[in-house]
Amino acid sequence: MLNVNDIHSYYGKAHILGGLSFDVPRGEVVALLGRNGAGKSTTMKSVMQLVRPRQGSVSFQGQELIGKPAFRVAKAGLGYVPEDRRIFTDLTVLENLEVGRQPPRDGAPEWTMEQLFEIFPNLAERRTNRGKHLSGGEQQMLTIGRTLMGNPLLLLLDEPSEGIAPVIVEEMAETILKLKSEGLTVMISEQNLHFARAVADRAIIIEGGEKKFDGSFTELEAHPEIRDAYLSV
Amino acid sequence: MAFFFAQFLTGLANAAALFLVASGLSLIFGVTRIVNFAHGSFYMLGAFVGVTLMEVLPGAVGFWGAIILTGLAVGAIGAFVEMVVLRPIYRAPELFQLVATFGVILVIQDLALMIWGAEDRLGPRAPGLRGVWRIFGEPVPKYDIILIAITPFILFALWYLITRTRVGVLVRAATQDREMVGALGVNQAWLFTGVFALGSALAGWGGALQLPKGGADLLMDFNIIGAVFVVVVIGGMGSLPGAFIAAVLISVLSVFGVTYLPQSTLVLMFVVMAIVLIVRPYGLLGREEVAGEHGQAGAPETPIRPYGRVGKMLVAGLLALLATLPLFAEQFVLTLTVDMIVFALFAASLHFILGTGGLVSFGHAAFFGGGAYAAALLVFHTDTRMELAFLFAPFAAGLLALGIGWFCIRLTGVYFAMLTLAFSQLVWSLAFQWRDVTRGDDGLVNIWPADWLNSPSAYYYFTLALGVGGILFLRHVIHAPFGYALRAGRDSPRQAEATGIDVKRIQYAAFALAGAMAGLAGGIFVFSKGSVFPTELEIGASFDALIVVFLGGVKTLAGGVVGAGFMTLVEDWLTRLEYWRLLLGLLIIAVVIIAPEGIVGSLRSLCTQIRGSESEVSK
Repeated sequence: MLNVNDIHSYYGKAHILGGLSFDVPRGEVVALLGRNGAGKSTTMKSVMQLVRPRQGSVSFQGQELIGKPAFRVAKAGLGYVPEDRRIFTDLTVLENLEVGRQPPRDGAPEWTMEQLFEIFPNLAERRTNRGKHLSGGEQQMLTIGRTLMGNPLLLLLDEPSEGIAPVIVEEMAETILKLKSEGLTVMISEQNLHFARAVADRAIIIEGGEKKFDGSFTELEAHPEIRDAYLSV
Repeated sequence: MAFFFAQFLTGLANAAALFLVASGLSLIFGVTRIVNFAHGSFYMLGAFVGVTLMEVLPGAVGFWGAIILTGLAVGAIGAFVEMVVLRPIYRAPELFQLVATFGVILVIQDLALMIWGAEDRLGPRAPGLRGVWRIFGEPVPKYDIILIAITPFILFALWYLITRTRVGVLVRAATQDREMVGALGVNQAWLFTGVFALGSALAGWGGALQLPKGGADLLMDFNIIGAVFVVVVIGGMGSLPGAFIAAVLISVLSVFGVTYLPQSTLVLMFVVMAIVLIVRPYGLLGREEVAGEHGQAGAPETPIRPYGRVGKMLVAGLLALLATLPLFAEQFVLTLTVDMIVFALFAASLHFILGTGGLVSFGHAAFFGGGAYAAALLVFHTDTRMELAFLFAPFAAGLLALGIGWFCIRLTGVYFAMLTLAFSQLVWSLAFQWRDVTRGDDGLVNIWPADWLNSPSAYYYFTLALGVGGILFLRHVIHAPFGYALRAGRDSPRQAEATGIDVKRIQYAAFALAGAMAGLAGGIFVFSKGSVFPTELEIGASFDALIVVFLGGVKTLAGGVVGAGFMTLVEDWLTRLEYWRLLLGLLIIAVVIIAPEGIVGSLRSLCTQIRGSESEVSK
């Protein structure tokens, strides 16, 4: 569904991604693993065109995304949940969800606010609260809910487990599995191997902007040296 | 009591146009983070377009239809400006956007002159609303009552749009994080254009609605912008109810001011603003701006390097040329060069606070003109010796900067810019209205240098020594520990604080120093011209300096100096043409879009590019 081929991304002169390639097939949950600074968030942003790769190709359902403005990428069916959440703190929960709302899309699960409130009951109670008055976990749910309102085909989740309580992380894992069962394709970036293994079908490990491993978690377990070299466990 | 009430109603009616313009400005700023200086121009366009349409369309339907059409037309013009001028520069630093909108002001001024001519137009009376109604026995124009009735509806409509509709939700979201709104599938480019069009339309409506009470003339754009900034600052940037309250406050106060303190109508609103800001630094209903939000980031500053061999030789050559100039040049060249050096010093002082300090001051002319006035007043009223009066110029300007800085330094970004502009308007209105002391727009004349300086070449060397000395002194300060601390505070205030730098105090001192150096330039200026007029304190004068710094290049020390030389020559040449504002405006807009690093910056990038490609080849 998503084919990333040999992308090179920069921040100013700093070369962050050096020729990264990977695929995300329809219906799979893929985990992008790596240490802090490995280039996970840049990969996500490069897919979304929030960072413009200077070289390579990002194609989604056969459509080339490089050079398109971010809103076109979103309209093509990619939903992006940023690492730092970036909820609209002055807007209420309902208004935050409204910003994300897009018309239904063929082949994608369709979401209404009420359905989201079933998945995230905490948000239901706080629908008229402003974003800044939510807890970290609630903000994380809101940012996922907001993106789901766009009825995406592929969800990009950047470090969903970061900075939230362990109980909520477990809930988050269940939620991701539920989304998968609804037919959503998901790519998450993670540092938490345990969490990634719980939700993902496949692991991609990057380090220094280059791919070091691409395979199932069973394969990864057969090679503990890879895990030790590239993941801080 | 009845008279009092009638006065109050007049104030409320005057508030209508002011609120419309201010709300438009506030709305545009909220979403695009651009302080649209051309907003006064849209107001002026509204008045002219309105007059023209009202002449064509008959009767009451025609009158109100003309007003509605005017808003739509001005909104369309605003959308055009946004798409052509602003769209390419949303990611540029604040100053670039500001300068671009200033270019738009110049263009619109000359276009209006071309289309409608230089004569003032009297606005038609509203059909069916010509007379007065008596309220407690006092006559109140019917049209005033209509305006008072309309304004709350406009406020309500805007409030509803912003808080209750999807568009409003998107607008508020974009205010906070435009990139994220885009990543959620919203075409923010159109959202911005829409908001800009609506804001411009509001200004246009303001211009058309005030027609029966006023008219249309070519000075409307600058005349309203000061008041609009005051309203927006008092109300709080981005707050519509705040803009409404502040517009009413200012308008009512001015009406009473005209009755009871006719000498101080202009000063009054700035005094009110100062009081409000002492109590509430971000305005009545505004909130503190959080620095470092998403969406706005310029390229990181490159470190300042000492000049290379070529650079040093260029500077030495230039100085040698300047030192020997009186030996062969004609007198008018000397006069032009004096102008250039004065302007260069003025621009260098602005560059110091703006480029090195990171504080975008919109009112730097207050110190230039303030210094000039300080010296001139001493000579004019007390016959002080020229040398003493001259020394008083930088001293007084420095003191003025300490006074104004005390209010302004607490604020950052746009609030700082607006407040400096408002204070410079305060100084201007003092010079303009305090006729007993300043002789108003007759200016102070016969301010000549002492005998030993009273020849063109003597004054030229005097200018050269002090002007070049001043610029070198500023350059030295930038490279001194004080300058490092200032730059640290600019690039990362929190980190600078954490390393023990008192950022605000450093900035305060830098602001005072910049003011004093601008005052020095003003002192040289006044004795070279022999006179000073309030025009030296106008918004236009502050903007000239900003444009010069910008044209030269914000990030380079030489920028202000080169820009000043360039600007003096270009103006000398352009002002011979009838529509020079149009050309200058277009030039400015072109530079903003095509060469945003300015003259010096662009040359430098060109050099590094050439060098870069050479080194790549050699690899």
